[in-house]
Amino acid sequence: MTYLLTTLCLLLFGASQATSGDPPILSFEEFESYFKKSNDTTYVVNFWATWCKPCVEELPFFEDLRQDFLEQPVHVLLVSLDFKHQIDSKLIPFIEKNELQSEVLVLYAPDANAWIDKVDKRWTGAIPATVVFRNGRQVFHGEKFESYSELKSMVESINKI
Amino acid sequence: MKQVTLLLGTLLILALVLTSAKIVSEGGYALGDKADDFKLQSVDGSWITLSEYAEEGAIVIFTCNTCPWAKLYEDRIIELHKEFTSQGFPVLAINPNDPEIQPGDSFDAMKIRSEEKGFPFPYVIDAEQKVYPKFGATRTPHVFLLASDLTVQYIGGIDDSAQDASGVSVNYVAKAIAAVKEGKTPDPATTKAIGCGIKAKRS
Repeated sequence: MTYLLTTLCLLLFGASQATSGDPPILSFEEFESYFKKSNDTTYVVNFWATWCKPCVEELPFFEDLRQDFLEQPVHVLLVSLDFKHQIDSKLIPFIEKNELQSEVLVLYAPDANAWIDKVDKRWTGAIPATVVFRNGRQVFHGEKFESYSELKSMVESINKI
Repeated sequence: MKQVTLLLGTLLILALVLTSAKIVSEGGYALGDKADDFKLQSVDGSWITLSEYAEEGAIVIFTCNTCPWAKLYEDRIIELHKEFTSQGFPVLAINPNDPEIQPGDSFDAMKIRSEEKGFPFPYVIDAEQKVYPKFGATRTPHVFLLASDLTVQYIGGIDDSAQDASGVSVNYVAKAIAAVKEGKTPDPATTKAIGCGIKAKRS
């Protein structure tokens, strides 16, 4: 039941994200369903926060990526680790000001030790961090992208497997 | 042709995996490794030598002024120091960030923050960024619990509830100290936590 609700929820906000403002707040279990999807879509999942300077600096690369791959099954997901009490005061105004088009969700999962390894064993928990996932295959990048082409080639590499 | 593409793709992935592995490699000390001695300057101007400071042990915490995740823990780090100094495990806070990239983490800014918060522990700067890579620290805050012989006993986060101090159910550091004092291996001896990537000098 929870799974069904989550899926519904993901579908709903996934479709309406570009126009509706408020990102959903998900537990890790809800969020994890993304990592278990078996389809031909490439998921580009970036962990960030508005208070993380290098994260904010690389965000435009993800927006560009989304735009460049509109015709292909590539889904950009910006997973915010902003503090729960700053969603309204910081995150939402940031999304609106920068007119973010990529899907944004908030992951609120306090016991990080319980889930960081489930995202990727190579991840130490430092942000920014990015995983590119497709049908069980996964690549990981544990620091800021220095250029758009660096991100793009990471995403393309998984499409060539 | 298909095979060639496949091969190229595989090579590319391999290269990528290797590169990422290099970047995120924890490197650094493993549990049981003995930390090399170091001498770093604290905000009060004094120089702290690890081997002298950690006579009975120490809670070495890589942290900084600017990372909101580190700020969440400032009060809890003060509490750790107050609670565990008398038990032989004082806190040594080390700022690993390059102030050129993060001006808010300059030595002067550290002095101000230390005064504002009344840090009861030394707050030193890893000015040459030679200490944090040896530990394998990747983020702030990042804890390394050392025993009296400077061997690493615990690596990881402070507790299991960063955003809400009242929601903590396990204080990993306190639990690890209790184990070490009983001559046991901490469980867990390593944990992961969210934090800000350390700002390394651009080469």
